[in-house]
Amino acid sequence: MSKNGPLALTFHSLVVVFMLAPLVVVCLVAFTPENTLSLPTAGFSLRWFEAVFERADFLEAFKNSLQLAFLAASLATLIAVPAGLAITRLQFPGRDFLNVLFLSPIIIPHLVLGVALLRLFALLGVNGSFTWLVLAHTVVITPYVLRLVIAAAIGVDRSAEQAAESLGASRFTLFRKITLPMILPGIAGGWLLAFINSFDEVTLSIFVTSPATQTLPVKMYVYATESIDPMMAAVSALVIALTAVTMILLDRVYGLDRVLVGKH
Amino acid sequence: MNSAMPAPATCARQHRDLRGYLLSAPALALFAALLVVPLLLTLVLSFNVFDYEVGIRADHWTFEHYLALLGDSYFLEIFWRTFWISALVTLLCVVIGVPEAYILSRMGSPWRSIFLVVILTPLLISVVVRAFGWSLLLGADGLVNHAIQALGGAPIKLLYTPFAVIVALVHVMLPFMIIPVWTSLQKLDPAAEQAALSLGASQTKVMRLVVLPQVMPGVLSGTLIVFGLAASSFAIPGLLGGRRLKMVATLVYDQYLADLNWPMGAAIAIALLLVNLLIMLSWNHMIERRYKKSLG
Repeated sequence: MSKNGPLALTFHSLVVVFMLAPLVVVCLVAFTPENTLSLPTAGFSLRWFEAVFERADFLEAFKNSLQLAFLAASLATLIAVPAGLAITRLQFPGRDFLNVLFLSPIIIPHLVLGVALLRLFALLGVNGSFTWLVLAHTVVITPYVLRLVIAAAIGVDRSAEQAAESLGASRFTLFRKITLPMILPGIAGGWLLAFINSFDEVTLSIFVTSPATQTLPVKMYVYATESIDPMMAAVSALVIALTAVTMILLDRVYGLDRVLVGKH
Repeated sequence: MNSAMPAPATCARQHRDLRGYLLSAPALALFAALLVVPLLLTLVLSFNVFDYEVGIRADHWTFEHYLALLGDSYFLEIFWRTFWISALVTLLCVVIGVPEAYILSRMGSPWRSIFLVVILTPLLISVVVRAFGWSLLLGADGLVNHAIQALGGAPIKLLYTPFAVIVALVHVMLPFMIIPVWTSLQKLDPAAEQAALSLGASQTKVMRLVVLPQVMPGVLSGTLIVFGLAASSFAIPGLLGGRRLKMVATLVYDQYLADLNWPMGAAIAIALLLVNLLIMLSWNHMIERRYKKSLG
């Protein structure tokens, strides 16, 4: 039951092609048997994927990115859940200010955060430290968890909590048995969204990573400014695959359309 | 007895207040240390004297970096380029994103959710990967030039031109336009459209008088987000603009990591932040005025 005319559908098809073209081309070129960036016309080859796994520096950067995204998303979740519950459930002066502060990394350009953190880390003498990189990423991705936790906490039916409370459940039991299970999809969705955002982050990271803590996007950025070969396509194809897996998980636990366009 | 009654309630409220701060404390500590303090340090840094011999002179103060922003033709050229590229990208996102969001909203299930996900998920894929994809398409030996040659044209230089930067930025920003427009379209009552049509209004009249006024808040919100993100974008101009086609973000990068003139870089970063915040605040102001108006 489509109400769109042929003109609208043509326009729509062009937009879809435009959105997918660069991703499809990357995935195809990754399978080329040639030495140049060309589409695989004479058969498919896995040689560039093999080349990736022979590059110790890329593997190291990939490992850094995975660890970083895992730790930062977990830490962001640990601080965003109590903060989100406080903001939705409790009345206290400064609540709105805290809400704005915790969401502000979304509207502050990552470039500005990057140079600001570079200054702090340089003064503290910790630039290039992995621990501080995790903390920096935590600040940037906390808003994503917080938004979903707040949305989940607002959607919770309070009567179950009130029933448990009137039956004498302790505050901790109340949280563990009633509130937590009900906001769990929001927490899991927020964690995955935070994970993806940390894994993709390049602009801030480029200022505060050292060669030892370089993340995969930073490594790819530096590599692409110096030389371009099909190995870059193979790395990109692997990143797309990993993102796709995370998106499928996100869709299962929370609903991808809900994450992307909000709840309706 | 009566005078004692309110006491427990007040006590309970104070107790709740404290819990609010307690639960927010870990996040607040992190944000104070890694967001507020670094931004303040950068603000201070932007007023420090820079000397190519000794570096940053933390005890010497100057306005020269901000004066250079306003007077140096090298900086002005980059600001102007950043402005017109961002404005053009925003315009293209409106022209493509608004009709596309409308077309999506008129689709039946399951196509609507499928295409919504197809169009919006590139948002979650690393911007470096997407920039690389465009360099494959637009390169001297890329698909677009092959197509031009197959049609009998001469190959053109696309990569490392404003064209490449604009195309890739539209690709990255389009979801940020479609999402708010889509959201405001969801609030549109389809009955209003049908009523207008059944009363004999033409399709264009329905668009102009019923649909467009409803989606305007979404379009405005998308416009501000897209412009702000485009003006501070780093990886796209860095990878597709080449060394000579600088935008504000790549300029800051060079000031910090090539010229090592951190105070100058800090001044540009602070200016960028202020412009971004100004855009966001004016948006909030506009929203509030609208609400007041609609409340009479």
